[in-house]
Amino acid sequence: MNGVSEEALPSQPSVLPAKRARATTSTFSRVTRYTAVRLVTLFVTVVIGVYLTILIANMGGYVDQIRRGEIRESVGMLVMTDPTFKTMPTEMRQQRIEELVRLQEKRLGLDRPFLVRSFNYLSNALSLNLGRAQNMTSDSGSKQVRLILLERLPPTLVLFATSNLILFFVEIFMALYLSRRYGSFLDKIIVALAPTSSAPAWFYGIFLILIFAALLKILPFGGMVDAPPPTEPLAYALSLLKHLILPVLALAISTIFLSVYTWRTFFLIYSSEDYVEMAKAKGLTSREIERRYVLRPTLPTIITTFALNLITLWTGAPILETVFNWPGLGRTLFRAVGLYETSVIVGSTVIFAYLLAITVFLLDFIYALVDPRVKIGESGRP
Amino acid sequence: MSALQRSFRELLRYPSAIVGLIIIAGLLILSAYTLITIPYREAIRLWRGGEEVWYQNPKNAGPTWFNYFTRRKLSESMILSSKEGLGKTISQDSQGNNRIVISFPIDYSFDTFPLDLSIYFTSVYQDKPPHVSITWLTPDGREIRIGDFSVKRTQTFRLAQDSKLLRRLGGQSPEKGLFAKPNVSPPVPLKGEYELRIEGFTFEPNSDVDAEFVVYGQLHGLAGTDHLRRDLTVALLWGTPVALAFGLLAALGTTITTMVIAAFGVWFGGWVDEIIQRITEINLVLPFLPILIMVSTFYSRSIWVILGVTIVLSIFGGAIKTYRAVFLQVKESPYIEAARAYGASNLRIIFAYLTPRIIPMLIPQLVVLIPSFVFLEASLAVLGLGDPVLPTWGKIINDAQANGALYQGYYYWVLEPAALLIITGLAFAMLGFSLDRIFNPRLRGL
Repeated sequence: MNGVSEEALPSQPSVLPAKRARATTSTFSRVTRYTAVRLVTLFVTVVIGVYLTILIANMGGYVDQIRRGEIRESVGMLVMTDPTFKTMPTEMRQQRIEELVRLQEKRLGLDRPFLVRSFNYLSNALSLNLGRAQNMTSDSGSKQVRLILLERLPPTLVLFATSNLILFFVEIFMALYLSRRYGSFLDKIIVALAPTSSAPAWFYGIFLILIFAALLKILPFGGMVDAPPPTEPLAYALSLLKHLILPVLALAISTIFLSVYTWRTFFLIYSSEDYVEMAKAKGLTSREIERRYVLRPTLPTIITTFALNLITLWTGAPILETVFNWPGLGRTLFRAVGLYETSVIVGSTVIFAYLLAITVFLLDFIYALVDPRVKIGESGRP
Repeated sequence: MSALQRSFRELLRYPSAIVGLIIIAGLLILSAYTLITIPYREAIRLWRGGEEVWYQNPKNAGPTWFNYFTRRKLSESMILSSKEGLGKTISQDSQGNNRIVISFPIDYSFDTFPLDLSIYFTSVYQDKPPHVSITWLTPDGREIRIGDFSVKRTQTFRLAQDSKLLRRLGGQSPEKGLFAKPNVSPPVPLKGEYELRIEGFTFEPNSDVDAEFVVYGQLHGLAGTDHLRRDLTVALLWGTPVALAFGLLAALGTTITTMVIAAFGVWFGGWVDEIIQRITEINLVLPFLPILIMVSTFYSRSIWVILGVTIVLSIFGGAIKTYRAVFLQVKESPYIEAARAYGASNLRIIFAYLTPRIIPMLIPQLVVLIPSFVFLEASLAVLGLGDPVLPTWGKIINDAQANGALYQGYYYWVLEPAALLIITGLAFAMLGFSLDRIFNPRLRGL
């Protein structure tokens, strides 16, 4: 998950070749042109990404063979157990089986070649027509992929949105604080602890479960609420809170030290610019210096990280959710893979791709808003 | 060379780098030791082996060093075998029949009872099987008859399943009754020298009998055992080279290919650069972990396939943009101009002049990347998608999770692989962070 936040950092508005239009007429046409080209490239990116996912998730058509086998088996079982078929002569029965198999295959669209269907899947996915799952059902009993995914969204949001939001702001403020007094004892501790973030959250989760659930027995091993879930809203919230502590803590331990260290170093680099020295010489308060001269130039990066942080919520974290038995999107995705449930995999991917494309698109404009040096459609920043 | 030496000397100024280097050296030595003492085939035979390989081990036994930390000493496993001639004396009577006496001394100094007791007999005969009678001598001089019977070619005698013995011990199961202080309730073990005496009689000239007495304790070996009686040391040892190889190869493969591709893109520019940029964006859309999960579920769970996919998916990651930015600057340098002027080929410029400039940036990133790939392999294994053949650290954690190790208190089962994982991760991360500060002049002194 960390990879994504770094990946899109330098996504500067530099897609168009440098073409300095005349200043008078250009602004509007430049922005429109840029917007159009950007939208097209992003859409093509999404299309290719989703199509690749469809190919991988269908194993290039091999999943179809598995499906066919399943159909044949289930039809065979049906015919074996149905007494009306018992009296039929063998040939007729065989014919009947073939007919049933053909009907089922037609129902699932297996009678058409995979390549044709793959484009069908693609257009369905891109129009967010996510279709129905074959083997999975939502807890409410629906086979709609949309419902299966939506049902899992709240638990993921509760866990990852709370932790990511809290962590993000805590990290930024701690980093600012440390950059102000770098070299202090606390700063040294954070620098020394930064390598601990090489282990993922689930890893610390296991330790936390061991300490707080197995040894001290004060917090639950996993799950989202007590079983049976409390009916009273307050009791429900408390139970949810109790179950949240360990996974949030695991996420915090695994990211906070490295992030604070990175942000602190990032702020320090900006604090050593000449204009900051100048501001200091002018006698501005450190709070003012921070706001005007450190935070402002770093704002695009902070916003990018924040936005990408938000999108990665969509994928959840399959392993952390598995370790904590958290009923989120990540685990659903993992279960979908295990059940060859391509519709769910593709559905989740296409939503992520759209979210990402929209964010990347919007970020370009946000850059231009927060940083007057950036002009949309011009190559690079000065 | 002197630059390298200078960097190295500078590295030694960071204590965390020294610690990291020492741990990495230790891990490398451990890997070499493992590969030499337990060859690949042997490791797989042991790890895939069932009861026939591991019958001597107790199930879910903790490591023996556990006893150093507790006042109450838990029972340790003991294996006594007469095959190596331990305590075996043979005498012949007047009819030419052999009388074989096997005497196993057992020094029992633990505060808990063992879990189980078994005697495994092997014998050689044509028609008439040998006969054995087994007695148990306690430190306080009592003599308990355990059983008399004739033994087949291979025979397992589980003491707990012998109802006559159970009755003789007053209803107490043998692993308690044989070791308990008499007339104390609840039973406590009597410490001291015990002896298991097996008297065997053979009725043929070349007939022989051997016995192996196994006391299944609560603790076994350096690392303990799992639910299939397997000794965890095998997997812990073998996990080391696997983790290091996976981490190193993935990190090397990713960073170097990324660097080369970024260099090509910048040097040739135009549509080459454009395509590379587009692929990077598409790669951003592809869900990394779900694809890895799909590949290991659908195609192959071999660690080398996963390694390949990991590298392919990581090549067009975020690093390519960072490298590209640096290369764009380097491309304009006068010395590149000079190289072009003397007629250096494209490839020569890329490999001899462009890429070396980025190596200082590359090395810290490479080292920091290693633990993330080590943990990636473990993550997949924890999801149950580990390599089906090789024993790895992640697979131990997965086994432990699947068998409820944390619920049942088998903490060693999770903690041992976890400790090795975090030690490895920290070592590379500490070294990488120090390298970053040395090679990255903007970070110097921060």
